[in-house]
Amino acid sequence: MANPAPTRSFLQVASTEEVAPPLRVVQIEGLVVLKIIKHCKEFSPALVTGQLLGLDVGSILEVTNCFPFPIREEDEEIEADGANYQLEMMRCLREVNVDNNTVGWYQSTLLGCFQTVELIETFMNYQENIRRCVCIIYDPSRSNQGVLALKALKLSDSFMELYRNNNFVGEKLREKNFSWMDIFEEIPIKVSNSALISAFMTGLEAETPVSQCDFDRLQLSANPFLERNVEFLIECMDDLALEQQKFQFHYRNLSRQQAQQQAWLQKRRSDNMARKTAGEEPLPEEDPSNPIFKPIPEPSRLDSFLITNQIANYCNQINGVAGQSFSRLYLMKALHEK
Amino acid sequence: MLTTERTVLQFTPTPSSTSLSAKVHPLVIFNICDCYVRRSDQAERVIGTLLGSILPDGTVDICNSYAVPHNESSGQVALDIDYHHNMLLSHQKVNPKEVIVGWYSTGLGVTGGSALIHDFYSREVPSPIHLTVDTGFRNGDTAIKAYVSVNLSLGENQLAAQFQEIPLDLRMVEAERVGFDILKTTTVDKLPNDLEGMETSMQRLLVLIDDIYKYVDDVVEGRALPDNDIGRYLAEAVSSLPILSPQVFDKLVNDNLQDNLLLLYLSSITRTQLSLAEKLNTAAQIL
Repeated sequence: MANPAPTRSFLQVASTEEVAPPLRVVQIEGLVVLKIIKHCKEFSPALVTGQLLGLDVGSILEVTNCFPFPIREEDEEIEADGANYQLEMMRCLREVNVDNNTVGWYQSTLLGCFQTVELIETFMNYQENIRRCVCIIYDPSRSNQGVLALKALKLSDSFMELYRNNNFVGEKLREKNFSWMDIFEEIPIKVSNSALISAFMTGLEAETPVSQCDFDRLQLSANPFLERNVEFLIECMDDLALEQQKFQFHYRNLSRQQAQQQAWLQKRRSDNMARKTAGEEPLPEEDPSNPIFKPIPEPSRLDSFLITNQIANYCNQINGVAGQSFSRLYLMKALHEK
Repeated sequence: MLTTERTVLQFTPTPSSTSLSAKVHPLVIFNICDCYVRRSDQAERVIGTLLGSILPDGTVDICNSYAVPHNESSGQVALDIDYHHNMLLSHQKVNPKEVIVGWYSTGLGVTGGSALIHDFYSREVPSPIHLTVDTGFRNGDTAIKAYVSVNLSLGENQLAAQFQEIPLDLRMVEAERVGFDILKTTTVDKLPNDLEGMETSMQRLLVLIDDIYKYVDDVVEGRALPDNDIGRYLAEAVSSLPILSPQVFDKLVNDNLQDNLLLLYLSSITRTQLSLAEKLNTAAQIL
């Protein structure tokens, strides 16, 4: 729907298969920001999710409303209940003229460890039903430091293709020139408010020149946050090492198999030579029934890719917070000297 | 003895409504405004339910809301009660702690139909709060008001209901956390990241310090009248700094700096390692 001319009828527009322009910006209403924050904060440290409603306009995805999901329980009956809840909520919101078009979902995270297989599966599920969908991630643990930790993510097209065909083996990845950085795409977020809200908030803004946000930012102790970040980082490193071991094991098996194959082939050839001199028919040089010719499946690289992504994320966070601490410390120093 | 026989005209305040106050979260205002913007063509105002809880000190904490469709014509108000109950059930599935605390309406002050709706909500919850949001800004600066209803009765007969305004706390700590810069303007192209946020905070701090310098200088030079309160605050702020010898302070700062540097170094090493590993991983497969 790049720019449908007003003269075209709905049918015409509907029938023309248009190439969707790539998603450039996610435009979120302030209302949605507040709703997400409220929901995620109330239940922190439990992780919660909710649905995003909005409109898909060209290369901008507008998120105009959202509603929270109840905390999920592993029970089929309750799961059916959850689906009912979702439909009911959508119906109710439509009645008060809210856009009832699903554009994705939001979820809270703890210190940014959101790159999981579940997220990818949920994304693929959503993607099946809606062409353009986005996942908004909010980190309540960072908001205490005066940072608005909102992120809009989507899976890259090349990744989705690979995932659908389950092609996470080295050769395919090399073919596509696909690296761990290409799994998620972060989309810039824009916040918009209606003029009415803008008027109210201007009126309600406190007179004081300092706000809670500034206060949080200037808090000197960021150490607990850093410590936990490093802890998680170390855990991830261990996981990654485990994954690496898996691959080493795989390669060792592979080379052992190749050696076995070579040995078998050599034996067969010498046998055949012997048979030839004896005037008998040579035996075939391949034997599919032999277990040493069965290809060993290569372990999927998805897990190690995701772990790598998480490590990169922790590194980024550490860099960000350390940068902030530097400025704080220098500020402190300057103040003290005065 | 006579007084017991006499019928008296009296207000019967609902229990605990005497010293009631309310606190509104910014989300509620946002929600109401959004509903008002999205109201249907013929509707002049929107009405909805307020959800929240009652704090231990008796303050009503209004933290969520939803709109309820209604029809209004010539003094008659029809509220979609089914819708109200459905929505309430849905909201309580997510957060069972939130209960009905009252209702809201856009427009200036209390109107005739308000008493009817208030009656309905009184049956849902004792002493509901009525929040009005004047989306037309007809009344200057106080556009948001909260009321409770007090019954005026003559003996046993109820005569009327009076709406009394109650104090409303509009301080918005949550909004401050998010940043008014984002919520105030109609479009924000980019969310501030760690360092940019830090920069604005520091700039504000700098402005504050400059202001104080100027004020103190003015007082010392006799250009401005000294204010004891400000002086006390300043003394407090200065004395809140721990007294450390320069050596100790330097050591503290340097230690902290080094810790941070170490972490930075660690994270860069990790990154280098990652990119190296990726190169090796893809290369090693050519067996």
